Amino acid sequence: MRPLALIAGLAGAVALLPAVVESGFVLNMAIMTLYTALIAQAWNILGGFGGQFSFGHAVFFGTGAYAMAVLQVKLGLNAWLALPVALTLGAAVGAMIGALTFRYGLRGSYFALVTLAFAEVFRILANTFQFTGAGVGIQIPLRESAADLQFAGKPGFLFAILALTVASLVIAWWLKHSRYGAWLQAVRDNEDSAAALGVDVFRVKLAAIALSGALMSAGGAFYLQYFRYVDPHIAYGPAISVEALLAAIVGGMGTIFGPLLGALVLHGLGEATRSLMQNAPGINLVIYGVLLVLIVMFLPRGIAGLFGRKA
Amino acid sequence: MLDPAIVFASVLNGLTTGAVYALIALGLTLIYGVLHIINFAHGAALMAALYGVYFLHQKAGVDPYLALPLMVPAMFGAGYLLYRWVIGRASHGRDENILLVTLGIAIVLENLALYLWRSDTRTIETAYTFAMVPIGAAMIAAPKLAAFAGALCATAALLYVVTRTDLGRAIRACAKERQGARLVGIDVEHVFAMSFGIGLACLGAAACFLLPAYYVNPQVGSGFVLIAFTIVVLGGMGSFVGALAGGLLIGVVESLGGLWLGESLGQIGIFLIFIAVLLFRPQGLFGARA
Amino acid sequence: MSESRSRNRRRLIKAAAALGAAALSPIPLVGRAQPAPIKIGVLHPVTGFLAYSGNLCRLGSQIAIDEINAAGGIKALGGAKMQTVLGDAQSKPDIGAAEVEKMNEQGVAAIVGAYASSICLATTQSAAKYNIPHLVDVGVADQIVGRGLKNTFRFGPGYKVIADSAVNYLHLLNTLAGKPARTVMIVHEESLFGTGTANLLAAQLPGLGYQVTEVIKHANPTRDFNNIALRVKAANPDILIPANYYNEYALLARTLKQQSVAPKAIFSVLGGAASSYKFVKEFGDVANGVIDVNHWFDPMDKRAWALKKKVDALQDQFFTYEVFLNYQSVYLLADAIGRARSAKREDIIAALTGSAWNEHFMPYGPTKFVDGQNQGAQPLMLQVQKGDIKVVLPNTYAQAQPVFPWKV
Repeated sequence: MRPLALIAGLAGAVALLPAVVESGFVLNMAIMTLYTALIAQAWNILGGFGGQFSFGHAVFFGTGAYAMAVLQVKLGLNAWLALPVALTLGAAVGAMIGALTFRYGLRGSYFALVTLAFAEVFRILANTFQFTGAGVGIQIPLRESAADLQFAGKPGFLFAILALTVASLVIAWWLKHSRYGAWLQAVRDNEDSAAALGVDVFRVKLAAIALSGALMSAGGAFYLQYFRYVDPHIAYGPAISVEALLAAIVGGMGTIFGPLLGALVLHGLGEATRSLMQNAPGINLVIYGVLLVLIVMFLPRGIAGLFGRKA
Repeated sequence: MLDPAIVFASVLNGLTTGAVYALIALGLTLIYGVLHIINFAHGAALMAALYGVYFLHQKAGVDPYLALPLMVPAMFGAGYLLYRWVIGRASHGRDENILLVTLGIAIVLENLALYLWRSDTRTIETAYTFAMVPIGAAMIAAPKLAAFAGALCATAALLYVVTRTDLGRAIRACAKERQGARLVGIDVEHVFAMSFGIGLACLGAAACFLLPAYYVNPQVGSGFVLIAFTIVVLGGMGSFVGALAGGLLIGVVESLGGLWLGESLGQIGIFLIFIAVLLFRPQGLFGARA
Repeated sequence: MSESRSRNRRRLIKAAAALGAAALSPIPLVGRAQPAPIKIGVLHPVTGFLAYSGNLCRLGSQIAIDEINAAGGIKALGGAKMQTVLGDAQSKPDIGAAEVEKMNEQGVAAIVGAYASSICLATTQSAAKYNIPHLVDVGVADQIVGRGLKNTFRFGPGYKVIADSAVNYLHLLNTLAGKPARTVMIVHEESLFGTGTANLLAAQLPGLGYQVTEVIKHANPTRDFNNIALRVKAANPDILIPANYYNEYALLARTLKQQSVAPKAIFSVLGGAASSYKFVKEFGDVANGVIDVNHWFDPMDKRAWALKKKVDALQDQFFTYEVFLNYQSVYLLADAIGRARSAKREDIIAALTGSAWNEHFMPYGPTKFVDGQNQGAQPLMLQVQKGDIKVVLPNTYAQAQPVFPWKV
């Protein structure tokens, strides 16, 4: 099936969900799964398509979340107006980190670790300055209206995250089929050969990290609107970085639907194990970890690998 | 804050704290240098080792330092088997898979510990917990000095193994050129497993030196992982001298940074150094140019 | 006697007993069914870095539920039993919120949880969408209540009340001793509770004539406290005020002793280990003399000691604020359900809103909720003396005189 048609079909199915299902639990699961798919896709653009693994993608996530929070609370800006600013900041941080690291030729694990360091630096800074609330964090006021990018019911949030996730899927599709995407994948497969063929490696990677940053900060912005609270640990902590890369890799890196598949599997796995053995805290996560290792062992190309190269 | 007596004490504290970091980083640098694996499970393995030292003390009355000849081989064995049975098999040689496998192992270890031993923080009290050694104007806790000595010895021991033994030669061969090593008949998987085992054995030693001055609970490992990575990069991936020097340097930076910028903001010094080293001298202080 | 005859005899006796019991019960024998259990969501971070506290919270809730059931359940609803619905927030706010969704589906009448302020912010919000009454067991951040959420109730104090009390107690303590202390130094952990508390203290203390020489913020976890100990030594404050979690507190206290740093008092506010029996037991001499302004029970109330005895009998468990705050929150809930004579969410919320419950062992007086906060809630001032934790202020609850300055 053609990917775009599949994306449209999935979007339609999800959009119909609130009409068919009333359960807040299911709707919440759908929202959180799409949210994970979004941040995983953001990681995928840089890591899967671009071949640049990042361990600190939280740096973009936190920037998006804090930008939305600070603009709304300290400057009184409307959420819809704050959103493009947050996305731009995410891209800008991406460009800054990219410019520094790619200029100095950082690749592979070096690049991965430096992104981790940047995330930590941002976390410490957020914890220090008053305008980000320091250790106290920022809470945005409850305003259940679409005009403030908060919704009275779950369907509103579902449509919002659906829009963002669909956009990310389309971008992934575009990467698979466009000339820029071809350059990016060429850089991933063999940077030196790509350069020899005339690809402007630096610019290509820079654009990828900026795009990845913007999408990731969209995830951060959504998180803030949905949970209405952010602190340095939530924003820049390792949990978000790990969640993004985990879903992307488990689902299948460098594929369009990998991140979505990964998100589905991880959330399903998480829910299933969390309900197990409630009386013995820890055992459920042991099972989760074991299953994770097994998935990697038996599906080395991720879940998308099951569907061949089409995905 | 610029009082020389305090700065001196702070530097000494940094050196001793850094020595423990170095012990943790020694293992990580070997694992990275040889296997090119970023071992996400390093912190969890440290935690497991700390529990080992704790129970040896509580149940069998074994002093943490006397536990060294028990912990080091035990952790070695655990590391060897972990690589042979799990990591080697699961990763199919792909970097990103190894990452996920070590991540999975970390989750399993941490939560197994939670299930078995609950989340209580456990400390031990020994005869020398409050023994302080005066050095100049500063008072340094005896366990920390022991850790410093331990780090020096461990580095020396590792250097000896890697430069003077057959195993060491095989390890260096595998690190440099995997295929070539295979071609000359080296059992690469075995060497990798040995390396991973040695890497974890270092953690066994680190745990013996760390517990008297610290504590253990299931989450304790994660507080050291980031610092360990920083040191490995700073020192040069695969270099033991680098891990030692890096550990000591980072310890001092953390200490002085905490003194001058405040403990919270001072942590930033570590990561800024990390970024600077990666940008301007990615091979680290003692590493070879890649 | 043959087998079947003795079996029949036993059956007969059993039936007679049942008949007798039924005759004594107020509910007619005909059509008597066991009333539907009332599902109570017990949501805490029992895995992840908050696991220690989360598990203690869960313990407190579970003991209360078991006790209430053993005593016959909610009498007003015909002896309906409370049924525990466990949830694990995995130390993350978004997971906590997801668990609330699940609990809603399972039809919980109320939720007790979720220990940490950041998690409580998320869970109370989610619960509000379904009008589920949510009792906040510990979470001290003031933003949790007073947000306009009608479903949120906190039995214990928030950190503004705690900080205010702490400042007053400190001043009282100092005044009673002839004002030997003038300088104060604050060491706090970097996240919500530490920063919030420190800010409030630093703002109020100068007004009472104290000089705040330094405020030191440290990370979680902090691996080594020697630097901080050095700075305390150099600044030599009369009173040191720590506000942090258990691990850091214990490490700090030990390091201070190693470095021979002995201020006139270590005066903790919500000190993670300061009024912890575990700390006192495991750290012995290091713990002696430490003062804490923290959640505590009324020491004159026998019921608190009964609970302590029960908890102490369990293996490796300690009677901490996590345990008794949760225990009381569940009892508060049971009382509200009883007075509402209904297990419906809106009825319970109404009952809690108008609650004036005084059958507890906390030093709060009858409950009175304004914007979700129990007005009478207050911390007590404690001191570790001779290896035991004693209430030293206020006088109404004091078990011993405070020893200040503390001589090592």
